[in-house]
Amino acid sequence: MAGNGDKTVGQMGRDARLNAVLATILKRLGLGLATLFVVSAIIFSSISMLPGDFTEAVLGQSATTETVAAFRKELGLDKPAPLRYLDWVGSVLQGDLGTSFSGRNASGQDRSREVIDLVGPRLWNTLFLAGVTALIAVPLALFLGLTAALYRNSAYDRIVNAATLTTISTPEFFVAYILILFLTSLWPVFPSLANVDATTELGERLYRVALPALTLTLVIVAHMMRMTRAAIINLLASPYIEMARLKGASQSEIILKHALPNAWAPIATVIAFNLAYLVVGVVVVEVVFVYPGIGQLMVDAVTSRDIPVVQACALIFAATYILLNLTADIIGIITNPRLLHPR
Amino acid sequence: MSTETNGSGDILLEMRDIRIDGYSDERWHDIIKGVDLTLRRGEIMGLIGESGAGKSTLGKAAMGYTQPGCRLTSGSILFDGIDLVAASDEEKRKLWGTRIAYVAQSAAASFNPAHRLIEQTVEAANRRSIRSDADSRADAVDLFRSLQLPDPETIGSRYPHQVSGGQLQRIMTAMAMSPRPDLIIFDEPTTALDVTTQVEVLAAMRAIVEEFDTAAIYITHDLAVVAQMADFIKVLRYGEEVEQAPTRQMLSQPEEAYTKSLWSVRALQKPEIKGEDMVLTIDNIDAAYGTLKVLHDVSISIPRGRTVAVVGESGSGKSTTARVITGLLPPMSGSVTFNGETLPPKLKDRSKDQLRRIQMIYQMADTAMNPRHTVEEIIGRPLEFYLGLTGKEREARVIDLLNMIELDESFMDRLPSELSGGQKQRICIARALAAEPDLIICDEVTSALDQIVQEGILQLLLRLQREFNITYLFITHDIATVKAISDEIVVMFQGKVVEQGLKSEIISPPFPDYTQLLLSSVPEMDPDWLTDLLKSRDA
Repeated sequence: MAGNGDKTVGQMGRDARLNAVLATILKRLGLGLATLFVVSAIIFSSISMLPGDFTEAVLGQSATTETVAAFRKELGLDKPAPLRYLDWVGSVLQGDLGTSFSGRNASGQDRSREVIDLVGPRLWNTLFLAGVTALIAVPLALFLGLTAALYRNSAYDRIVNAATLTTISTPEFFVAYILILFLTSLWPVFPSLANVDATTELGERLYRVALPALTLTLVIVAHMMRMTRAAIINLLASPYIEMARLKGASQSEIILKHALPNAWAPIATVIAFNLAYLVVGVVVVEVVFVYPGIGQLMVDAVTSRDIPVVQACALIFAATYILLNLTADIIGIITNPRLLHPR
Repeated sequence: MSTETNGSGDILLEMRDIRIDGYSDERWHDIIKGVDLTLRRGEIMGLIGESGAGKSTLGKAAMGYTQPGCRLTSGSILFDGIDLVAASDEEKRKLWGTRIAYVAQSAAASFNPAHRLIEQTVEAANRRSIRSDADSRADAVDLFRSLQLPDPETIGSRYPHQVSGGQLQRIMTAMAMSPRPDLIIFDEPTTALDVTTQVEVLAAMRAIVEEFDTAAIYITHDLAVVAQMADFIKVLRYGEEVEQAPTRQMLSQPEEAYTKSLWSVRALQKPEIKGEDMVLTIDNIDAAYGTLKVLHDVSISIPRGRTVAVVGESGSGKSTTARVITGLLPPMSGSVTFNGETLPPKLKDRSKDQLRRIQMIYQMADTAMNPRHTVEEIIGRPLEFYLGLTGKEREARVIDLLNMIELDESFMDRLPSELSGGQKQRICIARALAAEPDLIICDEVTSALDQIVQEGILQLLLRLQREFNITYLFITHDIATVKAISDEIVVMFQGKVVEQGLKSEIISPPFPDYTQLLLSSVPEMDPDWLTDLLKSRDA
């Protein structure tokens, strides 16, 4: 009987703890959403401050004031900024990112497309490339970081450090061209163009994104690997690591079983940071390999003052950062027994 | 050669001419200079000495382990016929945690925060498959029970941060005992504990070591503690053996002058003097950190030119009381009266003169000084800030103060890292003295120091009190220190004042229950003290 009673109490305790963790996570999620709102206001106001607007870009310098005014009215650009902001936020909340400006002109013809149709496929391409890169880079970085910590100050450690530092110090377009030189021109293994579309098969897709994914891997692995190594080595001086050693644990047990579980929080943070970069910061690599990703789309939209597309891209970028950092926070919480199991 | 020991069993551990170097300041220093050590099965050896004597290094060397930054330069270590100097890492790992176990000083830091206690307890036994996992766990529960841990069935499923320091230290003993080792190295296992907790842990450790007839090396700087545990004692100083003898003989008739000086430290006794003129009174103070109330209706009066010692275990509110007096923690209610005037509760509302008159000295002299400031800057700062001294005047006064704390002006340009522990604490005293205060709050100022150094610091504080009529509020958990230097004693427990009065009144019967417990828990230099105490408590 007593045993039963204990179990129930234990169960209740566990539930209460789980609820406490869930509450923390929900609170972080709420804060993330609030941040996203603030960011949306910043995006909107900074785009409003861009010099020139779409009407002038399309109609040219010679257009009459009346034509410009009429076109602006049609696009809704004549309304005051706060109202336009509310319109935008309101429709985004309903899942509507608006209609692109491009494809319209003053003569009343409208070949414009929904922003979601423009952004959607590009975003999918970007996420695909980011996903492939992450699948290579994250395990590779963890492996290199852990082994470098395991054999620290050995020749292996120095070589790994020097190699990753070299790749991170080289501009990414240069890494890309070097890879093209070796893997396309000298030994034609992969294509230099990564042009894919919705109809491309998965196998073909993987084949075509190989070079951009490899380039990005070389760019991001150093940061994650060095952080993993540093986080582990930082813990190796702890008394509990010496204790583990004096209990007869081998070096690999010490690193994997005693150090790594306490190092997830900093490692997750740096992984999240690099994954966010894969989504929002790879326009140069996209350009080099002519890969139809969201970075190129946004640059094009800024050039043509296609405000709805720019806003949508910026919002997606912000949401990516917030979501990934949130994930890192949550990993930090659930891998910390002090937070998961309070006294 | 000091091979004579108490026991007559087989020799378990034999160390000959051990020499160990440590690397610091970009060169190798010798830490252990040729020490021999012999231990038979089932024997407990006490290894004592001040910090820096090489006790820990020698203890770990008994396992064939040298810390990173240390190296064994010569000597032989034979453990049960196995040559640990020649053994490969792999061979040594097979012994560690199974035949030789280690119990570390800080249990809180030595448990992995990411794993449950039971997993860590059975880890070493399971690694070498000493018995099945289920048996190991059942055995761990038995060990928890015989170490008198609460809820032995379930305590193992907790994480290290979920149990108290005293419990952790006992679980670490269970962890060491789990594979039934032949030898356990106890490295200052009770130093971080309160006296009341220490008694329980000592009793539990002694009982379990006796139960399994395990040999042990018990490392400590506390003579009274080692007297309870060890069959024989080896005294180390500067990496060399001073002498070795069976415990009773060592306590009653130490041969070497150094050992005698260790024994006599506790002889410092200042006669109490009653004081009438109160320099500080605090009345009915309630204080809290956030919603956690830590002080309940605390009232203390401190007579001018006297030493009032506040004693109690950690968490009893001693340091919080100091924070209220200094204004760092404004109380919820109650008042602080200093030199007849009521002090503003908040630090920022107090005048410079009020600030000057109350100074503090902290436990960790290391962290209480800016590591990039020279001694002159550290002591000169309050001279400039409170008294407006600059240039030559300031320099002259710094030299004065250095002389007062028995150091000379060659220390002016040194950085804290170039000072010994005792010197650092002296600099902190000089810094407090520079402000010419009425009251100095000493927060565990001698706890981090060796006994001989402690003695010097306490003598210095008493001399300064005589010369300048300074008042001390002396916060400590060390009853021996309290007996040595105080005029009045305040006993605190769970945020309340249990008792307050002249030293002679507090340390003589009749006692309130808590004072009784606290005083009786202070180890005495009598090998039978713990046994007698446990008997009297059971009765």
